[in-house]
Amino acid sequence: MKPTNSSDPNHFHRVVDCQWGCPAHTDVPGYIRQIAQGDFTGAYLENRKSNVFPGVLGRVCDRPCEPACRRGRLDETPVAICRLKRVAADLSDDIRDKLPPKGSSIGKRIACVGAGCASLTVANDLLPLGYDITIFEQHDKPGGLMRTNIPSFRLPAEVLDDEIDLIVGRGVDLRLNTPVNSMKQLLEEGYDAVFIGTGAPRGKDLDLPGRHDSPRIHIGIDWLESVAFEHTDNIGENVIIIGVGNTAMDCCRSALRLGGKNVSVLARKPRGWFKASAWELEDAEEEDVNILINHSPKAFIVENGVLKGMTFDKLHYDIDSDGELSRPEVLEEVFLPCDDVILAIGQDNAFPWIERDAGIGFNKYDAPDVDEVTHGVELPGVFFGGDSAFGPKNIIWAVEHGHRAAISIHKYCAGEDIQERPPRGMNLQSTKMGIHEWSYSNDFDDSERRKMRHVELTERFKNIRIEVELGFDPEQTALEVERCLNCDVQTIFSEKLCIECDACMDVCPVYCLTITDNGEEDDLRTRLRAPADNKDQILYVSDALPQTGKVMVKDENLCIHCGLCAERCPTGAWDMRKSKLVIPYATDMKADVS
Amino acid sequence: MSFIKKPNITHPDLPRNAIGLTLRDYEGSMSTLCAGCGHDSVSSAIMQAYFELSVEPHRVAKVSGIGCSSKTPTYFLGGAHGFNSVHGRMPSIATGANAANRELQYIGVSGDGDSLSIGLGQFSHAIRRNVNMLYMLENNGVYGLTKGQFSASADKGSKAKKGDANAYSPIDPALLAISLGCTFVGRSFSGDKEHLVPLIKSAISHSGFSLLDIISPCVTFNDHEGSTKSYAHTREHMRETVYADFVGQHEEIVTRSKPGEYRQVTMHDGSRVGLRRVDENYDPTDRISAISYIEKYRAEGAVVTGLLYVEESSEDMHTILGSTDQALCNVPYDKLNPGAEALKRIQSRWR
Repeated sequence: MKPTNSSDPNHFHRVVDCQWGCPAHTDVPGYIRQIAQGDFTGAYLENRKSNVFPGVLGRVCDRPCEPACRRGRLDETPVAICRLKRVAADLSDDIRDKLPPKGSSIGKRIACVGAGCASLTVANDLLPLGYDITIFEQHDKPGGLMRTNIPSFRLPAEVLDDEIDLIVGRGVDLRLNTPVNSMKQLLEEGYDAVFIGTGAPRGKDLDLPGRHDSPRIHIGIDWLESVAFEHTDNIGENVIIIGVGNTAMDCCRSALRLGGKNVSVLARKPRGWFKASAWELEDAEEEDVNILINHSPKAFIVENGVLKGMTFDKLHYDIDSDGELSRPEVLEEVFLPCDDVILAIGQDNAFPWIERDAGIGFNKYDAPDVDEVTHGVELPGVFFGGDSAFGPKNIIWAVEHGHRAAISIHKYCAGEDIQERPPRGMNLQSTKMGIHEWSYSNDFDDSERRKMRHVELTERFKNIRIEVELGFDPEQTALEVERCLNCDVQTIFSEKLCIECDACMDVCPVYCLTITDNGEEDDLRTRLRAPADNKDQILYVSDALPQTGKVMVKDENLCIHCGLCAERCPTGAWDMRKSKLVIPYATDMKADVS
Repeated sequence: MSFIKKPNITHPDLPRNAIGLTLRDYEGSMSTLCAGCGHDSVSSAIMQAYFELSVEPHRVAKVSGIGCSSKTPTYFLGGAHGFNSVHGRMPSIATGANAANRELQYIGVSGDGDSLSIGLGQFSHAIRRNVNMLYMLENNGVYGLTKGQFSASADKGSKAKKGDANAYSPIDPALLAISLGCTFVGRSFSGDKEHLVPLIKSAISHSGFSLLDIISPCVTFNDHEGSTKSYAHTREHMRETVYADFVGQHEEIVTRSKPGEYRQVTMHDGSRVGLRRVDENYDPTDRISAISYIEKYRAEGAVVTGLLYVEESSEDMHTILGSTDQALCNVPYDKLNPGAEALKRIQSRWR
């Protein structure tokens, strides 16, 4: 293999699994260390730089960082990254005066449609540059799906209000109760750029017999929205939820709080094929929601205009040797009585208000053709982000879309090529403090992941606004931060200093280092000290060593960044250097907009 | 030394040996030697060898004297028995322990000072008695623990850290051992585990005294230019004679692509050691030619490595003495101590 090009920011970025896994590339180990040091405000600001809504995401993020966490590969329980984010948000000081104020107007007007996380991120990034931002929102409150689809027992309205106000309060022209009904009309208003962040507001329907015979059959996201706006405050005792994704989890738990006594979630497939996040499923089951697998909905049974229940085909699947499900076999038809049905089987983006001849460019699925890098469409100056761009994803993706679109808008307004993206950078700084001292906590902590404390079951159903999760207490926080492996403190090797004494190889607790003859990657992987089968994880390969011409190979997969290789190195050939990914935002760019 | 303990966590798919242990089960405490010390690398090779041989750590007894090398038994096989004796007296302790319990495997770790100065007499007599043990001589040419004075193995003309040249001729422990009748003599280098580990395994399987002279650089006092025991000098001047490859009792022999004549020696316990002659002119079973070969290349400044001498039929101390074939702790008490009457009978024979 060729020596690793460590000046490529991506090499060390990939080693930081959580940051690599996060769509917005939040510097997770960085902010966890700040929390460890008690600098909650610093940790909050570090978070906010990339993910804009730490308080919201610290509660309800999809957490792609956690399955990516190296700890999961070592002892199966990732660091509770999301919980720690909430600690920073809960304990941070007021940061209002630490944010850049709205820049003096440069005379450019930007319209954002929908006041969800994507539009708010665009506003956040463009405000300090002096853009005049107008956000159009159909509801009487901003927040989009964060407000309408996430129940307040998971995400309190105050948290959302605070973080939205950090953006809007700095000088956004937020027009509530102002739905945009025509794209053409909006374009005629002469904005310099338009950003569409209208989400995926159309819940999928289930067109089975009896579907339209009763008003007690609800579309999940519409029902959650009407609960959020307090248009709905009760439900029947027996409730059936169709679907087993995260929306279904929110629906069943909300139903329990509005009078549901016997709430069942019906899944078509077995466990293991559920779409819901493991933790949301766990929380629902803690509240005694029945989860019934292998039930395929057949018909709604409505008698005299009254919903009586639903019929299902009970299915049987075989699982083949590849772990794939066979085609189902119908065992029998069953009837389940209920008073209400909530359909939570997915959602789509929908653009009834965009004229198809407005020049946007729609693909064969009747969705806008959006560039994945620039977020632009056929019509220059129009950009899409969040769920409206590529269908339903999640909040953290929407935020990242917002950042990318903001860069595009800024470049577009400056008359630059939006395809040319500002490059990422990587700073490396030694953490050496003494012979065996580092400026990070390098001792491995084998504690188990801390469990989130919940409000008692007897208390939590009293009011839908009672937040179930209590957050980590100081003791839990102190332990959990130590579980982080500091993957951003990189092992950096200087081959010319190496005397091949093997000390680093011998001391490494996970045997990730090997000095051997060079070869092709597939061959090299078979000659390392420990199995190196995880090809998603890269090898760090040195140039030829001075004494024997062999190479130092490090399998980055399981390194716990304890720094013992560097401590046992007599010549300082290994050093532990903190890497800091430099992500460009619109705010940092020097585009000339005049 | 490091402030943190070596973390317990390890690679989840670490290979296990025949008795279900991983390499990590053969570790000892964290080393307090200088970072980069050759001795740490030797400890690692010892762990690897016992791991590959699937030896239960508690079936091993580690003995040592005084010196940097003699500290190292603490750093491997934490589950083994251990005795850290006075300077140069490790062979006596090993002899006594072996006499009392022949069922354990003995490994003595010593250095050039411990073996070739204060303990030279002890070293020689353990060889003479052919105590069944592995004697590891971690050879770095200096007294590291007292800041780097030349030891008895330092080559004439080798430079100290501050530039002084050594005026005395060295004692070559391998040559000395062969001339004393040692039945298994090898030399290797701490910086070359591919060579060292199979040699250690072969030496462990040998019945009788096996000496391994391991060039193990002192990274703090003897790894500079002008030193003849530095990493760089050893790598440059190594001259391999015979590569010893241990083959277990039930293992398949893997034919290797490397050049050299290949033959096998069957050891006492039925395992085999494959010998590949890297230098065709070298015969590790011919004592006289081995000595002259080593002398010849030593004069040229080469470090002759490999399995230097092996005597296939070797009688160890117990065979020579005709002692009990059990460990004394397993001999029934009335047999071990036949009582006052039996003693009287014995004494009366000399009256």
